[in-house]
Amino acid sequence: MKRKPWLLWTAGSLVYLFLYLPLVIVVVYSFNDSRLNAEWVGFTLKWYDVLFHDEQMLSAAWNSLVIGLMASVVSTVLGTMAGYAMYRYDLKLLPVLVLTPIAIPEILLGVSLLIFFVMLNISLGMLSIVLAHIAFCVGFVAIVVRSRLSGMDESLVEAARDLGATQWVAFRRVTLPLIMPGIIAGALMAFTLSIDDFVITFFTAGVDSTTLPLQIYSMIKIAVTPEVNAISTLLMLLTLVLIVVATRLAPGVFRGE
Amino acid sequence: MALLEIRNVTRRFGDFTAVDDVSLSIGAAEFFTLLGPSGCGKTTLLRMIAGFDQPDGGQILLDGRDMAGVPPEGRNIHTVFQSYALFPHMTVEQNIAFPLQMAKCPDDQIKPRVREALEDVSLQGKEKRYPNELSGGQKQRVALARALVNRPKLLLLDEPLAALDAKLKERMQLELISLQKEIGVTFVYVTHDQEEALALSHRIAVMNLGRVEQLDQPAQIYSFPKNRFVADFIGECNILECGVATNVDGVATLELDGLGSVQATGANGATPGSRGALALRPEKIAIARDLPPTDCVNRFNGKVHDYLYTGDVTLYIVEVQSGHRLEVMLPNNAVGRSSKFFEPGDAVQVGWRDDAGHYLAD
Repeated sequence: MKRKPWLLWTAGSLVYLFLYLPLVIVVVYSFNDSRLNAEWVGFTLKWYDVLFHDEQMLSAAWNSLVIGLMASVVSTVLGTMAGYAMYRYDLKLLPVLVLTPIAIPEILLGVSLLIFFVMLNISLGMLSIVLAHIAFCVGFVAIVVRSRLSGMDESLVEAARDLGATQWVAFRRVTLPLIMPGIIAGALMAFTLSIDDFVITFFTAGVDSTTLPLQIYSMIKIAVTPEVNAISTLLMLLTLVLIVVATRLAPGVFRGE
Repeated sequence: MALLEIRNVTRRFGDFTAVDDVSLSIGAAEFFTLLGPSGCGKTTLLRMIAGFDQPDGGQILLDGRDMAGVPPEGRNIHTVFQSYALFPHMTVEQNIAFPLQMAKCPDDQIKPRVREALEDVSLQGKEKRYPNELSGGQKQRVALARALVNRPKLLLLDEPLAALDAKLKERMQLELISLQKEIGVTFVYVTHDQEEALALSHRIAVMNLGRVEQLDQPAQIYSFPKNRFVADFIGECNILECGVATNVDGVATLELDGLGSVQATGANGATPGSRGALALRPEKIAIARDLPPTDCVNRFNGKVHDYLYTGDVTLYIVEVQSGHRLEVMLPNNAVGRSSKFFEPGDAVQVGWRDDAGHYLAD
């Protein structure tokens, strides 16, 4: 291994280049003073100006944000409960029920949710999208929380009970703080999954409930404008901020500590 | 009245009986030890006392009150766990304050009591540390301080010194003894380490296969083991199978299998014609090239098979006639001891007094 470190470095660099070069191009061309994503003309902020005056885009972004927040909050609560139940009790059916939405193809989930909502006479719109997002986010949160729990020393909870804490107090004072990094990671995961989901949202969205991915898709059907680059850049920035905030709130959240 | 009464407690896991009809009674301010090999049921018994597990039969009474159905938080009993179980997200101070907060202790009293508890275990100045910043011995002390801060009636200790190195273990043993004496809380201590049990306890219950084999003071258990298991488990012991030839007022002539007749006093349980065993501690056997004629009534010729040098003593394995092997312990500073050690193959004499052994009836 020591003989050819440059081989490892080259391979590593190529992989990262492959991953990040497209993103860099998107960011760079969002500042390009040209309608075409062909050659660099000059620096401009005008696409951001266009973006912030695009009513449709703004309302789509707002929808995505609201859906993402509601879906991540509800699925974090439910997913934490499910993860705890899966860890605490020897349940056969619950893991299947919680994890199936992750495993089955998105298009299947989208179609079946659509049929389900129509059958129940739930009008398609914000509510149906939020419900659909919760359905597939719960499983991700549950997995993260359960793996966090199984890394925890069981005698800590016993010690809390032993020292006078009721079951609930022991959960709140000991278990909850210790699995908090997992819960935060799960919530972030749910939020990002919700924000960029396309397929399931496509099936469960109504007329007035266009989300950001749906809006971007309808725009690039015509052409990839620099405005799309601009909104993509902003989305990336948001994700980065979320990661930084998460690591501040719970150091080691992405290392599974 | 006993502080803790365990009456006919039984616990089964499927076909396996972990604790089998155990009855014990532990007094106030006692240092009581449950000693036995792993799987003997001592930890299961401890968990039932703490309330983490429920007996399938029998009763556990604390201060005369039946503990059936009382959850761990409802018992005035605290535990020091083998892994210490310190809350990693709390400082030393917060860890020790936890039981006080649970007991609804007024806020202004918590600080002074935490300080006092830290003084008890000499850990002043470590209040703001987190458990992962402490050494093993320090964690141990925090666990003790936390378990003792609101003075439980009973403190359970589950192999608390198992993770410490030998030097630190010895120091912590001395500290445990003086701490227990000072605060007067009853300790129930679980260990598989017989030396530790002998050093610490007022009384020891030796457990095997879910049952209590013998319950007595350390010196009694060591000198007068009740059966082969106890004799073998506590310290080193030669167990010599024998038949009883005669017995006159406790002075018996025993026919050791393959060795021959020996005299043994205090063998009250030895009925002529019955079988049993003579338990003989290695340190009670003398070894020399030529034993002085007056010393030992029971003597055999043999040769050194092997030895273990451990610094303060040497343990010789001596093969006597008929191939039987005896363990003989000789202090390395023994008076009259030759400067030369016996080497494997050396011809030696071994012998013991008629009151050296302890007769175990079958």
